[in-house]
Amino acid sequence: MSTLVFLEHHGSAIQRGALGVLSKAVSLDPDTAGVLVGSGVREVAGEAGRYGCSKVYVADDASLEAPLPQPRVDVISRLIRDKGFETVLFGASVLSADVAAGVSARLDAGLNWDLGDIERRNGDVIGKRSALGDTVLVDVGWSSTPRLGLVRAGSFDPVEHGGGAPEVEDIGVELEDFSSLATMVEQAHEEQTGPSIEEADILVTGGRGLGGPEHFAMLEELAQALGGAVASTRAVVDSGWYPYPTQIGQTGKVVSPKLYIGAGVSGAIQHKVGMQTSQTIVAINKDPNAPIFEFSDLAVVGDVHQVIPKLTELVKARKGA
Amino acid sequence: MKIAVCVKEVPDAGPSRRIDPETKRMDRSGDRSLNAFDLNAVEAALRLKEAAGEGEVVLVSMGPSRALDSLRKALGMGADRAVLVSDDACAGSDLVATSHVLAAALKREEPDLVLFGQQAGDGDGAVLWSAVADRLRLPVISQISELEVADGTATAKRQTEFGYDRISTQLPAVLAVSDSLNEPRYPSLKGIMGAKKKPQETLSLADIGVEAGKAGEAGSRTTVLDLSPPPSRGETIVVEDEGGSSAEKILEFLMERKLA
Repeated sequence: MSTLVFLEHHGSAIQRGALGVLSKAVSLDPDTAGVLVGSGVREVAGEAGRYGCSKVYVADDASLEAPLPQPRVDVISRLIRDKGFETVLFGASVLSADVAAGVSARLDAGLNWDLGDIERRNGDVIGKRSALGDTVLVDVGWSSTPRLGLVRAGSFDPVEHGGGAPEVEDIGVELEDFSSLATMVEQAHEEQTGPSIEEADILVTGGRGLGGPEHFAMLEELAQALGGAVASTRAVVDSGWYPYPTQIGQTGKVVSPKLYIGAGVSGAIQHKVGMQTSQTIVAINKDPNAPIFEFSDLAVVGDVHQVIPKLTELVKARKGA
Repeated sequence: MKIAVCVKEVPDAGPSRRIDPETKRMDRSGDRSLNAFDLNAVEAALRLKEAAGEGEVVLVSMGPSRALDSLRKALGMGADRAVLVSDDACAGSDLVATSHVLAAALKREEPDLVLFGQQAGDGDGAVLWSAVADRLRLPVISQISELEVADGTATAKRQTEFGYDRISTQLPAVLAVSDSLNEPRYPSLKGIMGAKKKPQETLSLADIGVEAGKAGEAGSRTTVLDLSPPPSRGETIVVEDEGGSSAEKILEFLMERKLA
């Protein structure tokens, strides 16, 4: 068995998700290599060594600077073919999902996604994922190699092995004619201001069911009374109601607070993957069929505009008492 | 401008939605409807056609023949016609097989734009566009929350883990839109009545030139080995609120767990 992990990077750091997948891969197969694709990324390779990766393939070229999938499909597919990797793992992200699926088509290689765990069984590799709104756990396999796996965000924590600098091998960059047609015009990345929602013990989360940006004030008041922070959903952020750094979900932050309160949050899978490991989940939604109720500890069917102010009042009264 | 929208019929959410323990495939015999996320792609296509003042919106799908019933919802919204690849040899298709079939059906249409919704409501897949784009050798942009198409160029705003990117590409191209891009319209009564009369074509694998071995289980590279119940999360306590009456119960619940 030989394993390759896509080391997605942002700036000069390998993504935490990729490092988690790398740590898991090394524990299953000491013969695990990483691949870094970008511009000016050779210095980044060293970080992978700390997680037990002894070899990093580096494709370093100006044409690879923008985080777009198709040039990465070209580079990684060629590497898999040339070196005969049997298993190739990706930490789920917008970029990695598109890269993995492109490689799947290019090599006719099976891709299993949303993996929460991976194990070896009798020399074979088995993936585990939950499906149908977490109502069933599924063991998935591959009928040929290379096997491609996309790992659900937050499934594996990075584990430092105290390894030395990895051997770095440069690989060639030959792009398909269609791979450079999509071009990056602008990247607008909002930097964090104030405390991160990842650190808060209590999160009060507003969804599109709130009805408008003006209703976030009442969530801020409740969060303050409880000693927590306010978070949001993708629909809210895309509508411009609340800033992007507060977004929970697949394309936002993955959080696991002691208490999550969802106000007008429907619980789309995009959001769920970012908060389902919260210790206690309370959801308030006027739609009794909202998916969030399926994984809530306390499901309140009602109007957030009536419940939240009343709850804030009671919490304040208790704290004052 | 010719716009193809890839859509899918999915089983409705609820207790009847299940994976058949015998075949280990999705049970598609119960209630079903068009994948809700696909409606955003249909809406985007209709708006582009309306803005251009001309063009055609074609639905492209793979599924059992009765899936045409679900596709009619999008015809009712305003799509012009539907193409459904339906063949017993398609059953059990994974990403490798499905992307083969869809790419072949799309090649036959030669659209200027191929649109996808953000995920499948049944298998939670959110990757098909990238595989199809690779087979068609076309550029791809995903997770689109804003879209402009003019003069043979598409410019899209993409949300990632880091914020927003603006990406541009020439057409033809494959684009995957997010559910925040638009609010899909409801089919009008007139639209629903007219939908049945719109062209609806059912094609076999032979019609689109795909060998049976490339589709279905034979063409798939992944397998489902075993099904088991998920770890229990514990009971959900349900409270019906009346004018804020639940606030005390919520506080009590939080105090029991030492959260307030």
